[in-house]
Amino acid sequence: MTTTLYTSDHEWLAIDGDVATVGITDYAQQQLGDVVFVELPKVGRTLKKTEAAAVVESVKAASDVYAPISGEVLETNEALAAEPALVNSDAQGAAWFFKIKIADKSELGGLMDEAAYKAHTA
Amino acid sequence: MLARDNQDSLRRTPLYDLHVSLGGKMVPFAGYDMPVQYPAGVLKEHLHTRSKAGLFDVSHMGQLRLRPKSGKVEDAARALERLVPQDIVAIAPGRQRYAQFTNADGGILDDLMVANFGDHLFLVVNAACKAEDEAHLRAHLSDDCIIDSLADRALIALQGPKAEAALAKLCAEAPSMKFMDAGPHKVAGLDCFVSRSGYTGEDGFEISVPAADAERLAKTLLENPDVLPIGLGARDSLRLEAGLCLYGHDIDTTTTAVEAALEWSVQKSRRTGGARTGGFPGAEKLLAHFDQGAARRRVGLRTEGRAPVREGALLFADETSGEPVGKVTSGGFGPSLNAPVAMGYVPTALSALDTKLFAEVRGQRLPLTVAAMPFVKNTYKR
Repeated sequence: MTTTLYTSDHEWLAIDGDVATVGITDYAQQQLGDVVFVELPKVGRTLKKTEAAAVVESVKAASDVYAPISGEVLETNEALAAEPALVNSDAQGAAWFFKIKIADKSELGGLMDEAAYKAHTA
Repeated sequence: MLARDNQDSLRRTPLYDLHVSLGGKMVPFAGYDMPVQYPAGVLKEHLHTRSKAGLFDVSHMGQLRLRPKSGKVEDAARALERLVPQDIVAIAPGRQRYAQFTNADGGILDDLMVANFGDHLFLVVNAACKAEDEAHLRAHLSDDCIIDSLADRALIALQGPKAEAALAKLCAEAPSMKFMDAGPHKVAGLDCFVSRSGYTGEDGFEISVPAADAERLAKTLLENPDVLPIGLGARDSLRLEAGLCLYGHDIDTTTTAVEAALEWSVQKSRRTGGARTGGFPGAEKLLAHFDQGAARRRVGLRTEGRAPVREGALLFADETSGEPVGKVTSGGFGPSLNAPVAMGYVPTALSALDTKLFAEVRGQRLPLTVAAMPFVKNTYKR
């Protein structure tokens, strides 16, 4: 059973055991507009919470995606290199960015559940 | 990830309500609350303009009229030549020309369009510079010209391969106009100034219309299924693919027309040995650049990869060298090319086509190649 949590910077995390799958929210992709390029972290890189982990670029601008929690990058979504527009069509599904091994479960405590995130973006 | 600006003191164009009703995403631009995109999005808006026709609100730009006190338009033209390095006298009635106001260093205070309307000149200047431009004109030309700010007019651009057919329904003369023709015409019965020009590289028109009639004209044009409203986002990607300069980014007070690769815009009559050589601010510096060459040059840049290289990225001669050789002044993704495009300044020795360079993006050196502009072939009706 996975739990989905959200950050105030508009990332989502699907928690499955000690692995979190990370992407940007549908709200974020709507705000960004047409995504034309995604830069993902290298597999094996150890991310610290809040450090810039990925970059998502629309026609107009580049935006950082921050590591919502600390941990090692286990896998990245190679489909985004070939088809960045997936971020617009399926932000919270097929367009996941990377999977991270959760280093410190206590960091999850500061994240929002879906209701809190909805209130945050309302 | 997202920022919001204070929108309290922003001005609105006569088409503001229309933008909002069309779902425009409004952002601050040059002091105005302007649509950066509509629900279709930048990518679709861009491609639609290249395949059909796009309608742009450019009412934030400044429109000015120079009326000669003598009654002879040549006198207004001669007066304006004191501020620009272009041959204004040679602009025939019904024609328009691209120009730049220069400063004492030969740099560019603003770029503008100048049209000869027979008994006066009509100028269109950038929104961010319009107050300074008007003051500059008043300070230097008031002895010879009456300067009218046409703040009660909106400006609508209609661009793309279907622009002619769309405008022809409302303006019978439109199809017979050629690129850079300009003059007063009735459009949908309204007293408009129409020029066959634009900022996309496409064939198209710019239509100055009384502010009170602007919404009605825009709505009439948008009734045509080929015409979609286009925001500032696509306006920028379209002009970038067309290799056109954006003032304040690709050209400014520190760049001369020669450095900016705009030599074509300075006619021989104003250069060394010409009939009316010099006589504009910074002439010595600009003509020296013409005669001896400039140390740097604006060039087009294409990347090998998919990562856009944006404004401000430093340029390097090789992958490991320490000192940058130049800087990107505009860059982004070109939807028609489905690839990143950029322009920037490099040493003239590195400005030849196919020169390999590197741009620093997020700490990495990405390979670039100097490429010909426009990146997308223009389709002006000559």
